[in-house]
Amino acid sequence: MEIPMICYLLLSLFMFCCGLYGFITRKNMIAMLISLELMLNGVDMNFVVFNRFLFPGSMEGMMFTLFAVAIAAAETALAIAIIVNVFRVAKDIDVQDLTTMKF
Amino acid sequence: MESVGSFIAYVIIALVIVIFSVMAVTTRKILRAATYLLFVLFATAAVYFQLDYEFLGAVQIAVYAGGIVVLFVFAILLTSHPGNSEKKLESRKNVRALLLGVTMFVIAGISLAGRTESFLSRPEMSFIDMKSIGTALMGTGHGQYLLPFEAVSILLLACMIGGIVIARKK
Repeated sequence: MEIPMICYLLLSLFMFCCGLYGFITRKNMIAMLISLELMLNGVDMNFVVFNRFLFPGSMEGMMFTLFAVAIAAAETALAIAIIVNVFRVAKDIDVQDLTTMKF
Repeated sequence: MESVGSFIAYVIIALVIVIFSVMAVTTRKILRAATYLLFVLFATAAVYFQLDYEFLGAVQIAVYAGGIVVLFVFAILLTSHPGNSEKKLESRKNVRALLLGVTMFVIAGISLAGRTESFLSRPEMSFIDMKSIGTALMGTGHGQYLLPFEAVSILLLACMIGGIVIARKK
């Protein structure tokens, strides 16, 4: 009972679509960032699955995922610094209410 | 016997990913969303382990579960009172987003299913040891990644300085 490639791909596609739904419906900036992480994670999984099933002798997909994880960490840290700063200025992180860039 | 075990493991991982990614984007409490995201990230690490990428699974747990989720929890506790619910979502936009997500899943799923029929089982792969990963990260030849490695290190340094500059008190 081997697991075919499409099972893993559908799993990561489902994760990506959940992230898409959350990114559109959420209003809280941190919740949007969480949805973004879901989408990024689905894409990372795709790289690994393609590497494992199509090119088992090389590790290009694995290296892509390794660097993507490092960049995701940097991106999240910066985004959270910006969100905390916005909260300090506007006392709110709801994207509907943040209509001004001035402070 | 081993393949039945790996199939059961796959079913458990798939259930965890499906259930918790839906709950992470639909729950009204923001701290719970972060917790469900943590479960999804653990399940993704389990997928990496199942596909024989042990190093990648360890990196996923260390960086995502150990770093990013902790950052999320700190930010949530700094910007909202725990237990606060989000305001109710606007229903029309909700339906449209659901339609978009389902449509994308169906279309991409059908086109993927038509193209991956011949990849039914995992090909054999030799164990990736730490030495080969290290030489791939530190070499300059074909299939080696010294330049991206240095670029990521500069990116992390810039991100660290930028985070301090943005978030410090005036």
